[in-house]
Amino acid sequence: MDFTYTLAIILLPLVTFLTIGLLDKSMPNKLAGVLGTASIGTSFLLACYTAYQYFFVYGMVDGVYQKIIAYHITWLKFTDTLHIDLGVILDPISVMMLLVVTTVSLMVHIYSNGYMHGERGFNKFFSFLSLFSFSMLGLVVATNLFQMYIFWELVGVSSFLLIGYYYEKPSAVAASKKAFITTRFADLGFLIGILLLSWYTGTFDFVQLTQTSAIGTLESPAIATMGGISFMGLSVISWALILIFMGGAGKSAMFPLHIWLPDAMEGPTPVSALIHAATMVVAGVFLVARLFPIYAIAAPDALTVVMWVGAFSSLFAAIIACTQYDIKRVLAFSTMSQIGYMMLALGVSKYGGENGLGFTASMFHLTTHAMFKALLFLGAGSIIHAVHSNSMLDMGGLRKYMPITFITFGIAWLAICGFPGLSGFFSKDEILVAAMQNNTPVFIIAVVVAGLTAFYMSRLFFSVFFGKETKYHHTPHESPKTMTIPLMVLAFFAIFAGYIPFSKFVTSDGAAFATHFHWNVAIPVTLIAFIGMGIAYVLYFKESTIPTKVTKALKGVYTTIYNKFYIDEIYLFVTKKILFNIVARSIAWFDRHVIDATMNGFATVTNYVSNSIKGLQSGQVQKYGLVFLMGALTFALIFIYLVTK
Amino acid sequence: MDILSLFVVVPILTMVGILFTKGLKGTRTVAAVGMGVQLVMAFNLLYQYFAERAKDTVSEMLFRVDYLWFESFNIHYSVGVDGIAVAMILLTSIVVFAGIFSSWKTEDLPREFFIALLLLASGVFGFFISIDLFTMFLFYELAVIPMYLLIGLWGSGNKEYSAMKLTLMLMGGSALLILGLLGLYFNSAPDGGALTFNILEIAKVSIPHDVQMFFFPFLFVGFGVLGALFPFHTWSPDGHASAPTAVSMLHAGVLMKLGGYGCFRVAMYLLPDAAQEMGWLFLILTTVSIVYGAFGAIAQKDLKYINAYSSVSHCGMVIFALLMMNKTAMDGAILQMISHGLMTALFFALIGMIYGRTHTRNIYEMGGLMRIMPFISVAYVIAGLASLGLPGLSGFVAEMTIFVGSFQHQDVFHRVCTILACSAIVVTAVYILRVVGILLFGPVRNKEFETLPDAKWYEKVSMVTLIIAIVAIGVAPLWLSDMIRESLTPIVDKLTAAAIN
Repeated sequence: MDFTYTLAIILLPLVTFLTIGLLDKSMPNKLAGVLGTASIGTSFLLACYTAYQYFFVYGMVDGVYQKIIAYHITWLKFTDTLHIDLGVILDPISVMMLLVVTTVSLMVHIYSNGYMHGERGFNKFFSFLSLFSFSMLGLVVATNLFQMYIFWELVGVSSFLLIGYYYEKPSAVAASKKAFITTRFADLGFLIGILLLSWYTGTFDFVQLTQTSAIGTLESPAIATMGGISFMGLSVISWALILIFMGGAGKSAMFPLHIWLPDAMEGPTPVSALIHAATMVVAGVFLVARLFPIYAIAAPDALTVVMWVGAFSSLFAAIIACTQYDIKRVLAFSTMSQIGYMMLALGVSKYGGENGLGFTASMFHLTTHAMFKALLFLGAGSIIHAVHSNSMLDMGGLRKYMPITFITFGIAWLAICGFPGLSGFFSKDEILVAAMQNNTPVFIIAVVVAGLTAFYMSRLFFSVFFGKETKYHHTPHESPKTMTIPLMVLAFFAIFAGYIPFSKFVTSDGAAFATHFHWNVAIPVTLIAFIGMGIAYVLYFKESTIPTKVTKALKGVYTTIYNKFYIDEIYLFVTKKILFNIVARSIAWFDRHVIDATMNGFATVTNYVSNSIKGLQSGQVQKYGLVFLMGALTFALIFIYLVTK
Repeated sequence: MDILSLFVVVPILTMVGILFTKGLKGTRTVAAVGMGVQLVMAFNLLYQYFAERAKDTVSEMLFRVDYLWFESFNIHYSVGVDGIAVAMILLTSIVVFAGIFSSWKTEDLPREFFIALLLLASGVFGFFISIDLFTMFLFYELAVIPMYLLIGLWGSGNKEYSAMKLTLMLMGGSALLILGLLGLYFNSAPDGGALTFNILEIAKVSIPHDVQMFFFPFLFVGFGVLGALFPFHTWSPDGHASAPTAVSMLHAGVLMKLGGYGCFRVAMYLLPDAAQEMGWLFLILTTVSIVYGAFGAIAQKDLKYINAYSSVSHCGMVIFALLMMNKTAMDGAILQMISHGLMTALFFALIGMIYGRTHTRNIYEMGGLMRIMPFISVAYVIAGLASLGLPGLSGFVAEMTIFVGSFQHQDVFHRVCTILACSAIVVTAVYILRVVGILLFGPVRNKEFETLPDAKWYEKVSMVTLIIAIVAIGVAPLWLSDMIRESLTPIVDKLTAAAIN
């Protein structure tokens, strides 16, 4: 089967980006919107076709899904063995990601036609959306580490451009800068990790790196060598993979590299839905999944790091989310928390067969989360569009004015809380089972997070759609069709995505296995979720004074959490005070006042010396004669002294 | 007339043509046509080179022409190019062409200005085609001297000081250089026979070890001064700040590359043992300058100073990679020269355009330019993204080749230096985004700027030429990288042989 056509999935958005970007103002807004939507729509249809062809027709050989290289060229040669290839790899996770990315991107494109209507930079917005879609699709089909790094940087810059879309707003500019620099810092780790890994293995290629033998060991002998060399208590392979994971943690906003994500909400809401909820921020999870055989087999220490970073971030973000008032920031912390869930699922997983349950669960949750979180963001956008504010304090009782948004948002809310029967319920359950089987402390954290998630999401839902009756300047109204249709489509997925038998398609080693539903986990956790929802119901369903009392009672603790544990302040201190004021300024001073002054000093000394001896060149013959005589006399005396001695 | 000498002759003919013109209009037209022809010739040379290389894979240099010039000292006019020289000639023609269009409105003494500029250009072209060290040095000086006049007469700010400082520091470099070159000459025939200045001839003999050790610092530092080698880089910020736009473009874009080019073509190629033994010292200096330059750029307010320090960092990377002495890293070094030449020329062109409108280069006095002059601002963002190494633009290709190549070094110390150098990608992002954030984004800070015009057609020609080159290399780097890599073979072989001894 020739899969070369998959190239079109990636290249269509690129062509659209160039077309809209270069024509810019000479293209009517409507046309730009339609063109952008049509091109990603075509990509979506092609992705569906690819998924069908791959999963049901050609992908499986002898009961194992194969890695198919659909297309590849050599882009840049470094050495005889190291070269950057650009290509398309098809395997279960990349095909799954193709579907997820094109689906969400298509919905966001349709939605943006309504949401961005009348904005001055409408065309620019659509060209950047296409640029992002191209970069993200190129990332998921990467055949090697360096291709991934290339598109990794490109998604970073698209994210930068879209966060800073309102470029005249200082907060948006600051947020985009923060996002880019934080992720750049993380990418430094990624790059060094790639350098280390490739130095030992001599390849960037995923297929070669992750090739496993029948008995579940890695084929690459170099990786075994790397496992043998130890540096500061960890093997070199672990170091390399931890560094690579640093890149992943930056993109996926894991603690302590998460600081950019809440600020990134300065971007237009469709951008938050696409980039900062469903697709780009899960790139880190995807990266670990892509290299999973190496993590699981050769570098269990690195995988432990992944697990703890995921678990901690998940809890950390969930706690902060309980205190925030900005609707988009609550969702941002929720995203961070859910991505932590996916990371910890990978962390507890092992390689091969049923032991790889965590891997499957992580990918499962990635998919369902993409659907309901995109829906939550688009719903939030619809609300913001109607209320003209981000703050939950300005909202309340909106169910009457916006019925479609209310119902679809409600579905997403139930899905993320893990309400039985909806998509989030199934994927979370799998993660919890995987955690319970492998690591009890992590399992306990995951359960706590499930309760907290139900609480803060219900808090959000109740105070926006129920709660106090707010007086609005303009009566809020339901959003136009272009915005509500994507909501309804995503709501459909948020309900039914849970019924996809993921362990048949996406597994750590490509072979299908059967999953069993674990009632012993599902029932207690669902009860905990209900308790969380119940507390939120009491506090926020009707206007109540209890929340303020609780806040007052927990004064210091509450402020600390509300200020996100002051992590931003610590960063600001290090970057502004230390790096900028102390390091950069003193280097600039040193350069001017020490190094340059030395160079100037040479000039001054030369000047001085020549000034002081230039009197000798007076042109007076008498003076020359005197000097000559004195000189001759001196030499004569020395001569006589030397001879007589 | 042979294909290579034309590159020197055409600028001279253009200068003669300018003598017959009157006023700015005629002068700039003649200059633009002359350099347009030069650009076409450069592409033709590229095409011819590929054709010739396919036939002749043995010779190190192609299109050789040799005339005896000064018999008693065996000085020749001897020219020839390999892939590296072709790439540098291409870079020079692109930058000079863009530079002419950036000087479209030179009202003061236009004839003299363009003549000096073209004299500089002919010196650079002559340098890249020379094989004889003496003529090479001659062209080198021909390129450096007009700089004094260009800055001193058409510059701005503290221009006399800057011009003097730049010229004296570069002359200091030249003084070291001429000693080094004479050292090479007098040791070019250790087994007896005629002394020679010819690079290819000297490369065949092996110069005694102690002679190499003595003369290597002269040559390496001599060229290094022009390549902004730390701590001899301080002419650069002041010089650039005072220089007129086209001069900054040519100087940072092309002239600084003469330094890096000389470092490997003369110092390292002809004195390989010394390069291997003393490389570590300069490696430390360049590692420092990569990080130091980047941090230095963070603290600046003046657009030209920011770019000058950024050049210290980027040019530091060139010499850093050369010192790794393997094919990949050196390939990266040359790619970085080209990439830096293009993007820094673009930066200086843009700074000139912005300064021409706002009459300030202090970033804090501007702001929100994106809305007022979108074309220039978008070009600035592209230049910035190229500078911070965004894939798809030339900077990424060069930097990644350098990092991967340098990390292939067997020695742990070299790999540690590589990791330190990698950290520059973060610092670079910081100072680029800082400038972009303050200068282009945010609200318009100065209301008087609201009515400023966007780019004129001639400015667009200048910007678009450079952007196309940056994108072309960034998207399809393989041909260029391969062309350079092949030509590096004799140099790297000699260095590797020296390492084994």
